[in-house]
Amino acid sequence: MKARYLQVLAFVALVSAIQLLTRVTDSAYHLTQLTMTAYYSVLIIGLCMLVGYAGQISLGHAGFFCIGGYIAAFLTTHDLSMHKGKPLVALLSKTGILASRPDLYGGNLLTFHSWAACVVAMLTALVIAWVIGGPVLKLKGHYLAMATLGFGTIVYRIALGTTLLGAADGISDVPPFWVLPGIEISGNASVRVMNYYIAWGLVTAGVVLLLNLIHSRAGRGLAAIHGAEDAAEAMGIPTARYKLNTFVLSAVFAALAGVLLTHYNGGIGPSEASVMKSVRYLAIVAIGGMANLWGSLFMSLVLNYLSLRGYFGTYDDAVFGCILILIMLFAPEGLIRRSILKDLKRFVSGGVAEETGP
Amino acid sequence: MNIDLFFQYVVAGITYGTVYAIVAIGFNIIYNATGIINFAQGEFVMLGGMTAVTFHSFLPLPLAIIVAVMVVTIIGALIEVLFIRWLHKPSVLRMIIITIGISILIRETALHIWGEGVQALPYFTGTSVSALNLGGVFVSPQVIWVVGIGAIVVVLLNVFFNYTILGRQLRACSANRDAARLCGINAKNVVTFSFMLSAAIGALGGSIVSPITYVQYDSGTPLAIKGFTVAILGGLGNSTAAVGAGMILGVLESFSIAVLPAAYKDVIAIVILLCILFIRPSGIFGSTEAARLKEF
Repeated sequence: MKARYLQVLAFVALVSAIQLLTRVTDSAYHLTQLTMTAYYSVLIIGLCMLVGYAGQISLGHAGFFCIGGYIAAFLTTHDLSMHKGKPLVALLSKTGILASRPDLYGGNLLTFHSWAACVVAMLTALVIAWVIGGPVLKLKGHYLAMATLGFGTIVYRIALGTTLLGAADGISDVPPFWVLPGIEISGNASVRVMNYYIAWGLVTAGVVLLLNLIHSRAGRGLAAIHGAEDAAEAMGIPTARYKLNTFVLSAVFAALAGVLLTHYNGGIGPSEASVMKSVRYLAIVAIGGMANLWGSLFMSLVLNYLSLRGYFGTYDDAVFGCILILIMLFAPEGLIRRSILKDLKRFVSGGVAEETGP
Repeated sequence: MNIDLFFQYVVAGITYGTVYAIVAIGFNIIYNATGIINFAQGEFVMLGGMTAVTFHSFLPLPLAIIVAVMVVTIIGALIEVLFIRWLHKPSVLRMIIITIGISILIRETALHIWGEGVQALPYFTGTSVSALNLGGVFVSPQVIWVVGIGAIVVVLLNVFFNYTILGRQLRACSANRDAARLCGINAKNVVTFSFMLSAAIGALGGSIVSPITYVQYDSGTPLAIKGFTVAILGGLGNSTAAVGAGMILGVLESFSIAVLPAAYKDVIAIVILLCILFIRPSGIFGSTEAARLKEF
């Protein structure tokens, strides 16, 4: 068995151990934040692929997260029952894409089924990433950072300024995601343990997918692009296509995270699209060691959990800002890396760590 | 749209455009000296406005602005000395992330000092409702102040870069840092100075515009994006062109309100930014030659 599957097994064991620990200590309420952490982690591993392995910075991934979340929220809450007579609506409800459910007041709501909404949300994110990815990824350095930052800000402004999307309040009362009969993604305490495993199972699946990708021909091509793009191009690696595919992949991961977290939380607000969120994701990838999937995942688990539990209080954003600066000043290769012991020794013996580039 | 309203929009556009141009010049000064885009540039503007308001509570207005500019200048110097000076050939990715981190720290500090509320200096002359009638167009006296001070800043900067030793040293460093060092110029001090100059200009801009636009702890980021748009539009590093580009963006934005909901105002600037980046990253006034980009 390959070493990377052992790592995956160890990860699954860790996730199960955490759940057992909460069971033994009778503190199952921790699982709520841990489940949310899992969904953020789906985004993080996708971003890690883009920033760490393909070497393309993105300050707009909260935008993709929100595209996913908002589309899912809008489609599953927007009542179409008054349009029942229209042929398109009738056709959609006949094919099962629309589903009716009772609302709080005993009436009947006709909305998109959560699966259909999820597919629409992910396809939209895919198309948007594909369309803007082409020109955006031609840019480098500052321009790339600003362009992705700009994209994120556009999504934020639209979410904040559109009354149909709830403006500053966002969308609430989003129904659970009915995965299969009997299995639902929602914040109900009765399905908390199941949701914990669904969420982390999804993370595990994502990790396996990305690990296989990293160890494939495409993954080695990405590493070459990160090292020296011109050289990679000269070696015959289709750099533009690889970069675009990675961008689209990470955007779809972000959108999926947005869809599921929205169903889990039962709502979404414009703050999820704020620049600060994108920066926070980038900080986690940076501290995890950039091109280090397990490092990013581990830091995501720790930092998102601490943040969601409110340990950083009103200094939440400041903590992530500090982390970014400190990591980039003193350990640009991230905190979790193989050479860490060697560096510590060198640091203790008095020499300031030498630069070795990104 | 009648002709009076048209000019009203133009005047509003020029006012905002001046501020964007000031932020863009701040970007350019640091970019020319170091090749870094300082993502915390908008925060200098916010800090300028905020500290001026605070000092104005016990100092007369002109003195409050001067002290505020000095304080922010010192902050600019501190940022350079603490976070940038000692880095040895940092990669672009690293510098982007560091300056973003700095901008977050400044913003969060501002939030804890001043809270979430909006603040503003009083109008320099007259009140918020007084207006000068310039041939049918009503202009707030503050607009005259903003445009006037903006123009003076641009003129002074040109004089500074062309006729003073320090200004010439800065240009020498931007043209070729090693050669400048061989001529006996202390390149590190020049970089520190560029941060101070850029912080000072940003802070001055923040103070003079705060009566019209108000400042808040998080007003830096939108300003940074728009200032960057303007800097790119004019050609990165070219401060005179940035003034023209600032006017273009300001006027476009002000007319966009006539067509689109005001909530989408920021979107206009970003869409313009993305279009320029995609189509003509050297800017509309810049030539495509890379050398042109580095010349002030």
